[in-house]
Amino acid sequence: MTTVRTHDPAPAAGPPAGPPATTTSGSSSARRSPATAWTLWAARRVGLAALTLWLVSVLVFLATAALGDPVKAILGKEAATNLGRAEQIRQQLHLDESLWDRYWHWFGGLLRGDLGTSVANGLPVGELIGDRVVNSGVLVLIAAVVIIPVSFAVALLSARHRGRRLDHGIQLVVLTLAGLPEFVVGIVLVALFSTVVFHALPAVTISAGGEGPWTQPASMILPVVTLVLVVAPYVIRIMRSTLLDVLDSDYVELARLKGVPERVVLRRHALRNAVVPAIQVIGLQLAWLASGIVLVEYLFSYPGIGASLVDSVRNSDIPMVQTLAMIVAAVYVVVNLVADVLSILCTPRERTAISS
Amino acid sequence: MTARATAPATSGTARTALAPAADGAPAGGSSTASRRRSWQPRLVVGLAITAFVVLVAVVGPWLAPHGEHEITGDPYSTAGVLGTDYLGQDVLSRVLHGGLSVLVVALLSTVVGLVLGVLVGILAAYVGGWFDEVVMRLNDAVLAFPQILLTLLVLSTVAEPTMWLIVVLVGISHAPRVARVSRGVALGLTRRDFVTSAEALGESRLRIVVREVLPNMSGPLLAEAGLRLTYSIGMVAGIAFLGFSTDPGAADWGQMINENRLALLVQPWGVLAPVLMIGIFAVGTNLAADGIAQLTSKGGDR
Repeated sequence: MTTVRTHDPAPAAGPPAGPPATTTSGSSSARRSPATAWTLWAARRVGLAALTLWLVSVLVFLATAALGDPVKAILGKEAATNLGRAEQIRQQLHLDESLWDRYWHWFGGLLRGDLGTSVANGLPVGELIGDRVVNSGVLVLIAAVVIIPVSFAVALLSARHRGRRLDHGIQLVVLTLAGLPEFVVGIVLVALFSTVVFHALPAVTISAGGEGPWTQPASMILPVVTLVLVVAPYVIRIMRSTLLDVLDSDYVELARLKGVPERVVLRRHALRNAVVPAIQVIGLQLAWLASGIVLVEYLFSYPGIGASLVDSVRNSDIPMVQTLAMIVAAVYVVVNLVADVLSILCTPRERTAISS
Repeated sequence: MTARATAPATSGTARTALAPAADGAPAGGSSTASRRRSWQPRLVVGLAITAFVVLVAVVGPWLAPHGEHEITGDPYSTAGVLGTDYLGQDVLSRVLHGGLSVLVVALLSTVVGLVLGVLVGILAAYVGGWFDEVVMRLNDAVLAFPQILLTLLVLSTVAEPTMWLIVVLVGISHAPRVARVSRGVALGLTRRDFVTSAEALGESRLRIVVREVLPNMSGPLLAEAGLRLTYSIGMVAGIAFLGFSTDPGAADWGQMINENRLALLVQPWGVLAPVLMIGIFAVGTNLAADGIAQLTSKGGDR
């Protein structure tokens, strides 16, 4: 029953990497140099991320290629009558080859940067999604830039007023928002600010041919606010709990007893120690945003990969769906990797564990 | 490092895994009694809200003034309490008729996800070794999918989705998240004395899992179930909102939003009524889940 969580980054850095002669004797000659240790560690982390991505590619392929019949999905009732078009789609998607060959064909193309051709309009997938990736990136970035300081401030406010009315109020709001699906938040916002109650903001993003949606800042407000309202509650909750843990600790107690002003206690001791959990949760939420944009972009007709994904799924445009799914999954894996690495670099204990 | 271990799970699981620990932290010098009072409202209010929405959905069809497909006026007119929808059907009646399908699909998919997830999680924790490693690595790959994406991927090649397809897909997308949580809980249990002594008595592994490990996981699993139900309703309604309907034309809260969305300005209730019902239900289940999580985190280790 020795179930060591070997996929857990921290302990994994020790045993599996196999420091040659690490025993209690701790002779310095038997140790690897810190540089080697760090290289091994980095290689392991990147390797695991790559393995995950490869598994994801298998899953994406199986989910889109092995279960249903694309020809029937694309042509509907025409599939039985319009044999010429059916055959054309078969050829384009290589449906006559075996599943195995099709996978390697697709995966090889993915590695070479050849993303295939859209079934819906015959254009290369790479061309179709280029702008959309940028648009979605801008949306997520703006949302993240708003979310981080806002949730920090609210969490700090809540922790400072712990147990009092303000804290209870904040917790209630946070808990309520945390349960709401993103489209519910979005639709209520649209009803409040652009249609029913006020007519202040545009309800949909209209980007005039080729220009980025950020050229019309007003149309970005509601999508960004929706994302913030959906994501911030989770960040606030975790930040609050981290801050409370820190504020309960002995060193904060000591600093207070020494007569260090509360403001300095918060800045020097509390906030600094909350950085690592903050990196973790923000990484998670950024990764979550990659999927949260699907419903939000669709709702606001924002020209990003989320809305594109919904359209492609509806048209059974399989090459598009596969590529977009891989992009979303890649963002998730990379952001998590960066968050893990950053948080290890920010923790002295972990750094020592790796380099020695 | 347990925090790191749970963190890479998506949003949901990691959040609740961490949150109760914090809220459960002794609040200043307050007594146990006062803290117990502070969690009860969440569970009670959450359950009450959930029960209210379920009641509306179950009893609704009998209370509805008009039939599910009955045309009562012009499209988007103000006839009736909440007006009419895109075909001229009564919105209030559609809302009363349309709850049950959403709730049943959400509930079933939650059950599928829990059963699969708990099975995998306990096996991984209890068998351990390479099996644990392989299962958890596969789990990581599935976790890299945003939950709704898995369903969308499959829907891209399926011409006419059925209710059961949605149940299975949403359930499967829950499973890795549930597996992560239940593996964590089960790992803590397998090292406890009562499991060791059962092993020493020569009991079979299956019996130990069923009789010793599972009952002791009920608290965290209940909290997880509440959370999964919250996400289920969002996903099931979200899929219908994106226009992937299993039964076009039927009254269904998610579908209603999609049908009437373009007329938000003219006839807001056609969209707002189902949106609010979904929102209220999700808030209810989330509150209840939070209440259970706080309750069990205190009853267990503290």
